[in-house]
Amino acid sequence: MIRFEPRGPVAVSRMIGVSVTAALAALVLAAIPMLFAGLSVFDAYGLMVKGAWGSMFAFTEMLTRAAPLILTGLAAAVAFRAKLWNIGAEGQLYAGALAAVAIGTGLISGPSFVLIPAVILAGALAGGLVMLVPTLLKTRLGVDEVVTTLLLNFVILLFVQMMLEGPMQDPMGMGWPQSEPILDEAALPKLMDRMRIHWGLIIALAASLGVYFLLKRTVWGFEIRAVGENASAARHAGIPVTATFIRVGLLSGALAGLAGVGEVAGLKGYLTADLSPGFGYSGIVVAMLAGLSPIGVVFAALFIASIFVGADSMSRATGVSNYLADLIVAISLLCVLVSGLFLRFRIRLSTSSPAQETAK
Amino acid sequence: MSDILEIFMSASFWAAAIRIATPLIFGVIGALICERAGVLNLGIEGIFTAGAMAGWMAVWLGAGLWGGVLVAALAGGFFGLIHAVLTVPLGLSQHVSGIGVTLFATSLSYFIYRTALPDVSSPPRIEAFQSLDIPVLSDLPFLGPALFQQTPLTFLALFLVAATAYVLYRTPLGLAIQAVGDNPAAVESQGLSVYGLRMGAIVAGSAIMALGGAFLTMSAFDAFFFGMVNGRGWICIALTVFASWRPGKALLGALLFGAFDAFQVRLQTEVGSFIPGQVFLMMPYILSIAALIVVARRADYPRALLVPYFKGQR
Repeated sequence: MIRFEPRGPVAVSRMIGVSVTAALAALVLAAIPMLFAGLSVFDAYGLMVKGAWGSMFAFTEMLTRAAPLILTGLAAAVAFRAKLWNIGAEGQLYAGALAAVAIGTGLISGPSFVLIPAVILAGALAGGLVMLVPTLLKTRLGVDEVVTTLLLNFVILLFVQMMLEGPMQDPMGMGWPQSEPILDEAALPKLMDRMRIHWGLIIALAASLGVYFLLKRTVWGFEIRAVGENASAARHAGIPVTATFIRVGLLSGALAGLAGVGEVAGLKGYLTADLSPGFGYSGIVVAMLAGLSPIGVVFAALFIASIFVGADSMSRATGVSNYLADLIVAISLLCVLVSGLFLRFRIRLSTSSPAQETAK
Repeated sequence: MSDILEIFMSASFWAAAIRIATPLIFGVIGALICERAGVLNLGIEGIFTAGAMAGWMAVWLGAGLWGGVLVAALAGGFFGLIHAVLTVPLGLSQHVSGIGVTLFATSLSYFIYRTALPDVSSPPRIEAFQSLDIPVLSDLPFLGPALFQQTPLTFLALFLVAATAYVLYRTPLGLAIQAVGDNPAAVESQGLSVYGLRMGAIVAGSAIMALGGAFLTMSAFDAFFFGMVNGRGWICIALTVFASWRPGKALLGALLFGAFDAFQVRLQTEVGSFIPGQVFLMMPYILSIAALIVVARRADYPRALLVPYFKGQR
């Protein structure tokens, strides 16, 4: 008979242990599909490490990929803390990118210190407003936010495609469905010469510290955690549950929107409908790997970004499909779920049945 | 106006509505079985993809069409089992586990497809299911082409609706499944296994979901494409709420949805020059959200949905 005994408060070291165990377990399990594809596992992982950490270029590419993952990871982490199941970061990211392009391609003009904050604010606002819809549907009408956020992802992506083939299409773009380029004054500056790494990473790291501070040190943060622990108890304790959900929804959507701003104003320079290779969904994995800790999100995002960038590089060298990266990321999520059990429970093998135990 | 009336009067419109509804019928019935037992299965989107890929690939490798259907169901059952283990005995978050299963099933399907077919430019085709030619019925004027010239999987879907309704309402097993989704402690006090019932329902429901995916690659189309499921699984989750977890209403909801989708495709050819195509493509998703809003206030969720059950704890 397997029994789960709840543990008390959890030490940070144990949380880190769980995340690292899950990541390692995922890498071990991923050996199965690798063997199936005819790869030599050690060579493949060697190529992946080299592809993500092996040179200055590789390293900065990995960091560039980590920036949006930190932000979508934070979006999921802060929402999940309140048990607001925002699975719509992908759509919110595109909304943020669309707003950044709308503002940053000539609607307003001015120097960088005006345009860059304007683009960032517009993107955050757009992401937040998109998440406000399912949040209000949840608090006002009791509509489950999981399904609405998931469905809105499709609606927003189609809306982006419509804008890129219509009013926001670049007249100089030879008919391609892409926006006009972001003005130089509105683009996020590069962090290094001849590398693609940009200020989006700084924004992401600042957001991580900001969310940490919010959750740990402020009344709103306390309310978010209380609602997540037990919404009805929080309501009885006089915590404004509805207002908390709305704040969390706006913040979560805004963080995802910022990811879109970074990708379009820092990296690509113009918007296409394939801006994000599923950053919104990977953000959920990042958040879970991080144990929903805003600081942990940074490290989890580095891990996931290493998988993606490393697998791309390994795929080019070996010809094996880079869907392997998505597969490893998905396995990581399942692994962290299971290993999380060891965090919350002490697992005992006992010979007597639980009914007898409770009768004692 | 007369144009719109003409759409509803054409047999091909109703045939298309049923064709569009078929994968949704499989999906809603599968989701309904899981949720009646108390477990939300957000793995559905990935299970659709896995069923589509596995069924197609089995046929492509020479298994025969019904062999492909079986393989798709087994693939669905496999991913259902993962979700079942994570959410029932381990009691983990049904939301996160479901998303995990979707990501896993989708990426594994894509990876296997790409590994088996590394450099095909156009997806290889199979000999898909053909419309049945039922004596007498298929030859009826209007009703024949509208209702009876469908592929066998559509009839399988309709049969599963009836079978699910029968099992759920008329057999001890069905009553136990309903009870385990409402009050698992009472089920255990009857000496029945809560874990067994819930896990069995999830595996069976997931196998049925996968048939919805198989319909896409083996009936609606004859090849596998990346992204072909395109949110159909999530739409099924919304339709399940809309259907109040009842098989009959699930069929009705899926058919309504299919009719609406077939209608907007035809409307698009009438007014497509004024309105961008994406507006029409958005409609199924917006309609699903609207369906959720309509029923939200009076949705009668299975009372133990999302609540994990641990033996010996009340």
